[in-house]
Amino acid sequence: MDTPEAIIEFRGVSYRPPNGQTILRNLNLQVQSGEILVLLGRSGSGKTTALKLTNRLLEISTGAIEIEGRPSSQWDVITLRRHIGYAIQEIGLFPHFTVGRNIGVVPAIENWPKDRIQARVAELLNLVGLPSEIASRYPHQLSGGQRQRVGVARALAADPPILLMDEPFGALDPLTRSDLQREFLSLQRKLRKTVVFVTHDLHEALLLGTRIALLEEGSLVAISTAAEFVKSPEPLVVKYMQAFGSAESVRGNQ
Amino acid sequence: MNFWNFIAQNRNQIDDLTLEHLWVVGVATLLAVAVGIPLGILITRKPRLQKPVIATANIIQTIPSLALFGFLLPAPWIGDRAGRLAILALMLYALLPLIRNTFTGIKGVDRGVIEAARGMGLTDRQLLFQVELPLAASVILAGVRVALVTSIGLATIAAAIGAGGLGELIFRGLAMVNNAVILAGAIPAALMALAADTLLGWLENRLAPQRAT
Repeated sequence: MDTPEAIIEFRGVSYRPPNGQTILRNLNLQVQSGEILVLLGRSGSGKTTALKLTNRLLEISTGAIEIEGRPSSQWDVITLRRHIGYAIQEIGLFPHFTVGRNIGVVPAIENWPKDRIQARVAELLNLVGLPSEIASRYPHQLSGGQRQRVGVARALAADPPILLMDEPFGALDPLTRSDLQREFLSLQRKLRKTVVFVTHDLHEALLLGTRIALLEEGSLVAISTAAEFVKSPEPLVVKYMQAFGSAESVRGNQ
Repeated sequence: MNFWNFIAQNRNQIDDLTLEHLWVVGVATLLAVAVGIPLGILITRKPRLQKPVIATANIIQTIPSLALFGFLLPAPWIGDRAGRLAILALMLYALLPLIRNTFTGIKGVDRGVIEAARGMGLTDRQLLFQVELPLAASVILAGVRVALVTSIGLATIAAAIGAGGLGELIFRGLAMVNNAVILAGAIPAALMALAADTLLGWLENRLAPQRAT
């Protein structure tokens, strides 16, 4: 490890599915402790693939990803995944479990005692701004925004130091999304998790990202802090800025 | 001899045949569940086995039932007793709906749900028992329902090889050209099928996953 704070490090990572096209090409990047690294890119750019390689939902073709200084291939895959919180769009909630059971999935499979799980569920619901009565409801009885909060709470349940988030607010209306983004930021100020956040939305990237990595067709095009990102001369970044209108105003709102 | 008289006079025999029928169908369906559901699960894990397993079950399904009973007659141990033979044949017929529904039920579980479950670190076992099977339960049960109702009907033919059951009355009635006797076998069998269908349909509804929006 070059920097002691690098929690996740991609070293020349490529991914190519069996008899398919290369999806990720020679990716090198580090995720520092406590930062939100945003992987920005359009659909098919490889950003979700990079995320799934991190918790080994997909296996690297060449290169290596080091998690806390150890190559992911040397981790026991189940231990690795329980060490990393994972939140995806709302579909990831289990429809046959109550909200409480959904949030308590990982604590339950880690054999926490029942009362400790209950206490943790109540604590997390409070943390993500949901009333505790909601624990006994089912996902289909909640609004989209509530479901998403449950998704975040579930990812945080066993207090993993690392969080992977794949467009967690993608399916929400703009107002709810904006609320959740702000709440997530203030949550992150308290929790200081190491977060990899995938989005195709430049506004979201600028709002949430400590640093932004732009991916295009499986390659890393640019990586910099959000403030530097908007000034980047890189043609693709400029194109993004034009497509999303004046992004400066978005950052101004923060 | 009219129908009601026949029923009244042969009450005990009809009861015995109904029980025999239920026994053959029940054991065959339980065995089919015990074999079919694990096979259905297996082919979701080993995609290479999917085609051969489903094709085999399909082929069994296309064998006419009388012929299947005939094929099995020379089999050792099985062929010794007509009841065993009927159970085996009915079990073989019931395999296809069970394997197919287990497979499609599990494959039909939302990919996002599976991915989230794996991403959170559920083992394959935990994924199967906590997520896939509960969410596929209503589809699997629909397979059990088809298997059971079909077996109740098919089991009447097993009487042709001497396996007893309500088919015995049907065959006897056919030989005697006596509708009352045929009906005394056919009506209880039809009622049994209807009852099984209603009961499992109700269960299936109760197990259906909550509709996601």
